[in-house]
Amino acid sequence: MYQIVQKEQFSENVVKLVVHAPRIARSRKPGHFIILRIDEKGERIPLTIAEANIEAGTITLVVQNVGVSSKRLCAMNVGDQILDLVGPLGKATHISEVGTVLACGGGVGIAPLLPIVEGFKKAGNRVVTVLAARTKELIILEKEIRQWSDEVIIMTDDGSYGTKGLVTQGAEEIIKREKVDECVTIGPAVMMKFVALLTQKYEIPTQASLNAIMVDGTGMCGACRASVGGQTKFTCIDGPEFNAHQIDFDELILRLGGYKAEEKQAWERANS
Amino acid sequence: MKEYLKIERDQEWRDQLRKKIKNKERTTQERVSMTSLDPMERIKYQDREVNLGLNMEQAQREASRCMDCVNPTCIEGCPVSINIPKFIKNIERGEVLEAAKTLKETSALPAVCGRVCPQEKQCEAQCFYTLKLKKEPVAIGYLERFAADFEQQSGAVSVPETAPKKQVKVAAIGSGPASLSFAGDMIKLGYDVTVFEALHEVGGVLKYGIPEFRLPNHVVDVELESLAKMGVKFERNFIVGRTASFDDLKAEGYQAFFVASGAGLPRFMNIPGENYNGILSSNEYLTRVNLMNAAKEEFDTPVLKGQNVAVIGGGNTAMDSVRTAKRLGAERAMIIYRRSREEMPARVEEVLHAEEEGIEFLNLNNPVEYFADENGRVSKMRVQRMELGEPDASGRRRPVVVEGSEYDIPVDVVVVAIGVSPNPLVPSELPELKVSRWGTIEVDPETMQSSKPELFAGGDIVRGGATVILAMGDGRKAAAGMHKYLSQKNETAAN
Repeated sequence: MYQIVQKEQFSENVVKLVVHAPRIARSRKPGHFIILRIDEKGERIPLTIAEANIEAGTITLVVQNVGVSSKRLCAMNVGDQILDLVGPLGKATHISEVGTVLACGGGVGIAPLLPIVEGFKKAGNRVVTVLAARTKELIILEKEIRQWSDEVIIMTDDGSYGTKGLVTQGAEEIIKREKVDECVTIGPAVMMKFVALLTQKYEIPTQASLNAIMVDGTGMCGACRASVGGQTKFTCIDGPEFNAHQIDFDELILRLGGYKAEEKQAWERANS
Repeated sequence: MKEYLKIERDQEWRDQLRKKIKNKERTTQERVSMTSLDPMERIKYQDREVNLGLNMEQAQREASRCMDCVNPTCIEGCPVSINIPKFIKNIERGEVLEAAKTLKETSALPAVCGRVCPQEKQCEAQCFYTLKLKKEPVAIGYLERFAADFEQQSGAVSVPETAPKKQVKVAAIGSGPASLSFAGDMIKLGYDVTVFEALHEVGGVLKYGIPEFRLPNHVVDVELESLAKMGVKFERNFIVGRTASFDDLKAEGYQAFFVASGAGLPRFMNIPGENYNGILSSNEYLTRVNLMNAAKEEFDTPVLKGQNVAVIGGGNTAMDSVRTAKRLGAERAMIIYRRSREEMPARVEEVLHAEEEGIEFLNLNNPVEYFADENGRVSKMRVQRMELGEPDASGRRRPVVVEGSEYDIPVDVVVVAIGVSPNPLVPSELPELKVSRWGTIEVDPETMQSSKPELFAGGDIVRGGATVILAMGDGRKAAAGMHKYLSQKNETAAN
């Protein structure tokens, strides 16, 4: 059992949970994710680790309420126990000193971006981060991101915070202004697709972290397969980060909707 | 071994029993047949076991067919060397609990093996009836299941004796049949054994893979409880090499490791359209249904229920998948297999059961491309017909494409069950470990020791995809190998 020791409501549908998992807190690296199962009836839910505290033995997860399972998870409170939690899974982000790193995070994708930004900064890079969301309240972890970024640019669709516009506008401004050596992007698949198209234009090596449908997360099921450079890869063990210029984002977007009908049915059952 | 078998065979009760019925009478009896649920009834339930087992009378009669040979060749066919005549003769004399004990001397999972072992290729293939009399062999598998079930149902489940505790910690990685068999032997030898499992449930392929209609979960659970009673510890949600490193565990006192992490990586055909929605691996399909209970409404995990389901492959996993599809309500549940029925690797019994349940077999057919609707959901598959050519490396006739024979089949779910590759998750954490170019761990075939002396391996991570019982045989060998290694090492250390 894994106890929730802290909870923070970021916005109506986004929640931060700090969970007691001492072994994982010690062994995780930027880019790693975990899989949890709330209870006997629950799904196995993959979530990227946003932060870890070795002394306290905790890891931080950010959950967005998008369906039956995440709704149940978001409704859990401090003191509640998560039945199963396994990790760290996936390949850690390849972090090295490259010069200037442009980090683009969208919505809850900002959470997994945080340890990567931290990693690149600690490795001696100049880090410029662009955070984007629909509206002000969906910009999360801004303070933490600022701690590890030389500069932070905020973009919102409705202009309620920072500059009105998309993540790509903010990113292109930076690219035009200074030499960017590497880009990392995490967020909705559509967002990453356009960041990849942008950086491809400027020939900037770019890593994107995929959030695929998974069951076991250990290479067993292949639900998370994605086409990268014309080859089928498993997000859970070959990823979750891939060369963004080689990812078939259109296929990924279709695959993310693979259980839409079933999810809708479950949602209706749960809310009837 | 020979010595032990002779001592057991010379026991007075065995001698008496042999004299009780004339051999001629024994051999003229017909082999018992297994009763099974009505096919049209059973396809309504994912969790009703198809085979119903023998009753006491059937079992004793079948047991009396066994001639208690001087040289029991059947045992040579058993990867875990069960003393087959001893357990069968115990059934014949009505001492079924003794029979169960005999099974547990060498097998950690008798109720499982009695159900899923390919006995027709192993013990029963080496039976005197098969070899010499050219008759149907003694139904060793049915009898094994009978004895194990009898004990489970009696409530008097025996716990094998264990040697005095050694205070030596060893780890088994993965909790499938190889690991459980290893753990059973090591705990008997007095080691402090912990089994580490990545998933939330222990049992490996026995739980996530094999469906309940063939192997009910409660049967596996009783065997797991037996191991727990003997002192085996289970750690779920734990990936050795990740959750904690091998070095961390060594620092915590683990002196040796048995890696049995399985061949969990599903293979795909890499043909156009294979990543459309609705096309999934048998591992995914079976895991959703078996491990996650996706077919039951009260569970959160979804599963795609197709009307026209095609399963690619001809092995046991393909049969499990296609029969699951039928149970989930498919109108048309099809096997697409590139060779003929003759070459199918699936057990004959599974193929027969599938046929009874109305599964369509499109043998000598091979998929070449998939097509999808506007949402990216598979809608049809293109297959080509095959014919059989010359035998290939496996000894089976090679399937050859019939040119210009392509045609389309409407499908809404496709399950790819063409085999698995070794799971790289654990080996990748040990860069200095010697692995083959297929990703399997290289070991000494006798001791199962790898290139790292404290690391042993067995099951599908070594074989690349085999059976429950071969994995169990590896577990036993590794236990013997590790015991020898640790005894020598700790003796040297003491001197």
